[in-house]
Amino acid sequence: MSDTDLFEYLLRLGDDRLVLGHRLSEWCGHAPILEEDIALANIALDLIGQATLYLHVAGETEGKGRSEDALAYFREAVEFRNIQLVELPIGDFAFTIVRQFLFDVFSFHQLEELQKSANNELAGIAAKGYKEVRYHLRHSSEWVQRLGDGTEESHARAQKAVDDLWRFTGEMFQADESDARLLAAGIAPDLKKIEPKWNAMVSDVLRRATLTIPESGHMMTGGRLGRHTEYLGHMLSEMQIVARSHPGAEW
Amino acid sequence: MVTRAMALPTRDELLEILTEIKDPELPVIDIVELGIVRDVVVSGDSVRVDITPTYSGCPALQVIENDIVELLRGRGFADVKVKNVFSPAWTTDWLSDATKERLREYGIAPPSGPAITSAAELVTIRRAKPTVECPYCGSRNTEEKSEFGSTACKAIHYCNSCHQPFDYFKSF
Repeated sequence: MSDTDLFEYLLRLGDDRLVLGHRLSEWCGHAPILEEDIALANIALDLIGQATLYLHVAGETEGKGRSEDALAYFREAVEFRNIQLVELPIGDFAFTIVRQFLFDVFSFHQLEELQKSANNELAGIAAKGYKEVRYHLRHSSEWVQRLGDGTEESHARAQKAVDDLWRFTGEMFQADESDARLLAAGIAPDLKKIEPKWNAMVSDVLRRATLTIPESGHMMTGGRLGRHTEYLGHMLSEMQIVARSHPGAEW
Repeated sequence: MVTRAMALPTRDELLEILTEIKDPELPVIDIVELGIVRDVVVSGDSVRVDITPTYSGCPALQVIENDIVELLRGRGFADVKVKNVFSPAWTTDWLSDATKERLREYGIAPPSGPAITSAAELVTIRRAKPTVECPYCGSRNTEEKSEFGSTACKAIHYCNSCHQPFDYFKSF
């Protein structure tokens, strides 16, 4: 395991949360009811906060003087290491909630294991995030059940979201050689052990929500290596515009 | 003109001095009783204050860091460093009964009961919700409206007796 492995891993952890947090923040002022507006903004804040911590350590690990802000605002799309699931546009409320649920279940099991990492700093940051994600998961899983087992329209929208998102879920569990070295060093959890837990919890909730799991088919891949959908570049151009137009600005 | 070196505060005195800093979101609670200050290390005219965030994205933390630096510089330290520590993770279990009472007097229901403990509680819509006492009228006939409120640490509740919405400082 090299510092490069650790740096890449920290980017993966940070970028998943930064990109999803930014997507959620797009709901601010637009959510269907006030309480939801506040909830989505709170979850966005937690995720961006978690991303800040991972990217801060990433910058220290890299040792080139890049801060968390430099990593968030001055990298190109090809340098981002998030899975494609989190970069897709927000869609309707059902799409946002189902995507959040699929990620929350992953994050919940990932952080549960990451708390035991041999890297103490990483373990501490994961332990904090784990507490937060439990509230996120409760929120998204309750909504999935209400939408799926709700009206004809909410059911149809939730089912369409599950169908459209399913092919983006395989990427969560794809491990490469870097993951294998981090696992061997006791730094990162085993994605192969997280996958069945994710499957069990997702199946349980979707069943209660009267939603059908799509047949497993082709799974999208590439985000961890910087190959993204067209949507990430558009999102970053908006997210990064102020920092790039006024580098070093303080307010 | 005679100059006299001012004695710098000791660690214990610093923990007392730091109680002057309140949480910007909860101005009745100081950062020591809230459990944000984890340690103070004095070395000559340098001091390092270890703090831990309540929530990862809590925007109050940056304000608190600035407040600590300003306060301790004013107390004669040439070099003030604030370090973030993450282990053990902050928990509302660290709040004393006296602190909880001050929250209640301020109009925020203090944390009651344990945080989420089992995975089963995460994914059911039929979970038991905490019974929270209304900080205004004391009624227990209240309901949870949302687990996400005006700040990361609070939930929105509503009192069915006095018909007042109120903040609940959620167990964490």
